[in-house]
Amino acid sequence: MSVTLALPARARQRRTPFPHAAALFLLVVAIGTAWPQVLTAYDPIAADPLQAQLPPSAVHWFGTDQLGRDVFARVVYGARYSMLIGVSAVGIAAVSGTLLGLAAGLLRGLADETISRVLDVVSSFPDLLLVLVLISFTGPGTSNLIVALGAASIPRFARVVRAQTFVVAGSGFVEQARTFGLHRATLVTRHILPHAAARVPILATIGLGSAIISAAGLSFLGMGPPRPTPEWGSMLAEGRNYLRVAWWISVWPGLVITLTVLSVNALGRRWQAAFDGRQA
Amino acid sequence: MLVDIHNLIIGFDGTEVVRGLDLTIQRGEIVALVGESGSGKSVTARSLVGLAGPGARVTADRFIIDGADVTRFRERDWRALRGRKIGFVLQDALVSLDPLRRIGQQLADASRGRASRAEGAALLASVGMRDAERRLVQYPHQLSGGLRQRALIATAIAQDPALVIADEPTTALDATVQKQILDLLRQRRRAGQTLLLISHDLAIVADLADRVLVMRDGEVVEHGPTAHILSAPAHPYTRRLLDAIPSPRSRGTQLTTGQRLLPKRIDPLHVVLEARHLVKRYGRDQVAAVDDVSFTLAAGEALGIVGESGSGKTTVARIVLGLVEPDDGRVELAGQPWSALSEPERRLHRAGIQFIAQDALSSFDPRYDVGRIVGETLDAVGVFGAARRRRVLEVLDAVRLGPSFLDRHPRELSGGQRQRVAIARAFAPRPRLLVADEPVSALDVSIQAQILDLLAELQATSGTSLLFISHDLGVVQHLTDRVLVMKEGRVVESGEVGSVLARPRHPYTQALLEALPSLPARVRQPDPVLERSAS
Repeated sequence: MSVTLALPARARQRRTPFPHAAALFLLVVAIGTAWPQVLTAYDPIAADPLQAQLPPSAVHWFGTDQLGRDVFARVVYGARYSMLIGVSAVGIAAVSGTLLGLAAGLLRGLADETISRVLDVVSSFPDLLLVLVLISFTGPGTSNLIVALGAASIPRFARVVRAQTFVVAGSGFVEQARTFGLHRATLVTRHILPHAAARVPILATIGLGSAIISAAGLSFLGMGPPRPTPEWGSMLAEGRNYLRVAWWISVWPGLVITLTVLSVNALGRRWQAAFDGRQA
Repeated sequence: MLVDIHNLIIGFDGTEVVRGLDLTIQRGEIVALVGESGSGKSVTARSLVGLAGPGARVTADRFIIDGADVTRFRERDWRALRGRKIGFVLQDALVSLDPLRRIGQQLADASRGRASRAEGAALLASVGMRDAERRLVQYPHQLSGGLRQRALIATAIAQDPALVIADEPTTALDATVQKQILDLLRQRRRAGQTLLLISHDLAIVADLADRVLVMRDGEVVEHGPTAHILSAPAHPYTRRLLDAIPSPRSRGTQLTTGQRLLPKRIDPLHVVLEARHLVKRYGRDQVAAVDDVSFTLAAGEALGIVGESGSGKTTVARIVLGLVEPDDGRVELAGQPWSALSEPERRLHRAGIQFIAQDALSSFDPRYDVGRIVGETLDAVGVFGAARRRRVLEVLDAVRLGPSFLDRHPRELSGGQRQRVAIARAFAPRPRLLVADEPVSALDVSIQAQILDLLAELQATSGTSLLFISHDLGVVQHLTDRVLVMKEGRVVESGEVGSVLARPRHPYTQALLEALPSLPARVRQPDPVLERSAS
């Protein structure tokens, strides 16, 4: 006979505001990433000096920039680069972090010590500084930026997976499965990995927000894709000189970066809360 | 009269979990409320301290505690009553004590800050704790299960309440520790204290309670003086509860039906398992958890290993299962080396030796449904597809679970059903040897009886050998043919169950036997059905 002595924790959870608005906005971003031509008829690259620095209007929704390119079109096409960098960086971090964490958790001993200490060193640098250092070795460019951003956030995934691997590897059902005569690899892929990595998708969603911000920041500094690629961060950098005469050139990409990161974070946190509620 | 309740009804969301219960407790009396999980006994006890739970609708025609009508009580009135008039001892001392507070602090909390250090120590001494001064500054995790239970009882009696309610105070404790706690409660009774005892086990209340109320599905089916209820139970349900208790008399028969068990086919010449001089040491001090343990197990035979927590019996099971490497000695399966093998070599033979753990739920991958759980042991014997499905349904049927259970998740199942799933899984690859570590000790007596019957039946029909680990001598003597008694890593006594238990030579075996709750002989009840057909 179980008697409820307190209200379940779920009732006290703070609710993330506007989850539907966040989801809707990300849907639009996703469409912009996959099929930008659906959202705009303009070319994001073609310059038209006669149309330079026009304010927002019914023809050019977000106005035009100093070279006469449609800002809305550039923002829409820019989604592809910003999302590509963010998602790939997080993907690299999630996959290698999971593998490292799993290896540390399973092998223990010297392997665990080595992996953990390296992760400690990596995470003792501020993320952005580490990325700058890595890029200073490899040079700017989209793929180098992705690798550097990914490497910097490996520890976040590896630590969670390592801790979970310890818990799961010592649990009753894993010991029981050993007595079935399963191969060790089967045991790991079937019973340990799914539980140890259960949180990785959630962490990745939350990490995606910061990856997009870092990517935009580094592109702003000129470490990202070369011009005239319509990446959001480099659009900010290009528009900054015209802020007084044509605010729309940099404000719109800035707003879109902010909304994207907020939406990704809102959904990630909500997912995390739902997951924790289910675990309890 | 201390407690006077008439027509108590407790409902949750429109379902009544307690219906029309009458309960009176006189001062100086021990009353026991007995029933299975879900019978409503715990919620009845909780309603006495106003803790039936949120959403509970508690109504009664009369509900008087120590002269006060509690039907009009508000929360602050209940707070004044809790601890002062009624002390509550919960089942699990490990979760009921705050892990971050010292025992002394918890005693002070329980007495609302009034007990001084000396009084705290006196309180601990009164529940039979030696070194009370030292215990006061310890944390719950530093205490053994028995000491924790004593500390919990001390918090319940800190304000010297008129009534103490103990909800399953000895479940999950070793036999001799259980006896100590029961002795402690008995002492309080001699001192004129009043006690309401909640248990699923009639044997535990047998020599403690003055009166017994037997509850089933929220109703009292039978009540009366303990001796009368135990010797001449009138209600069939009470009789079933009594029959479910394994005893020397129940050997060779089914606990649930009383019918004779199928004869076992034991082949003494065919040794399935042989353990020779097993030694396992742990820790920096190299304390021997298992110290020179040897035994053999023949085909179709059941061998019991009895001992308390820390006796090394579980380590023996784990060595036999090949989960722990022995420091010395060896295990052979059917004359072939086993413990000497490397894990990849051992893997090939693992299908022949299966394991049933105490906590079935934690032995299942939480993502799996019953069908996948049971089928997984068939990987090792290469049974897949339609053949696997057939075999899974076959073993589920053998443990009386229908095909509708295939897609169910273990969390939705009851404790007994989970253990059935674990048994089905173990028998699926037709193992030669089954190792069961405390498979029934987390279950109610009536569910335990069903599981024991099932194990006995499957063992007899399949001819599988059984290594059965338990702290409960009653269960071991019911199920096994030979027994090893372990204490502090050593085998102190072994032999055929009947002779070991009839003439125990080692003092420890005698202590274990004495700790078994004894039931008075039953007056043979004429079966009402048979009687009617005869007349």
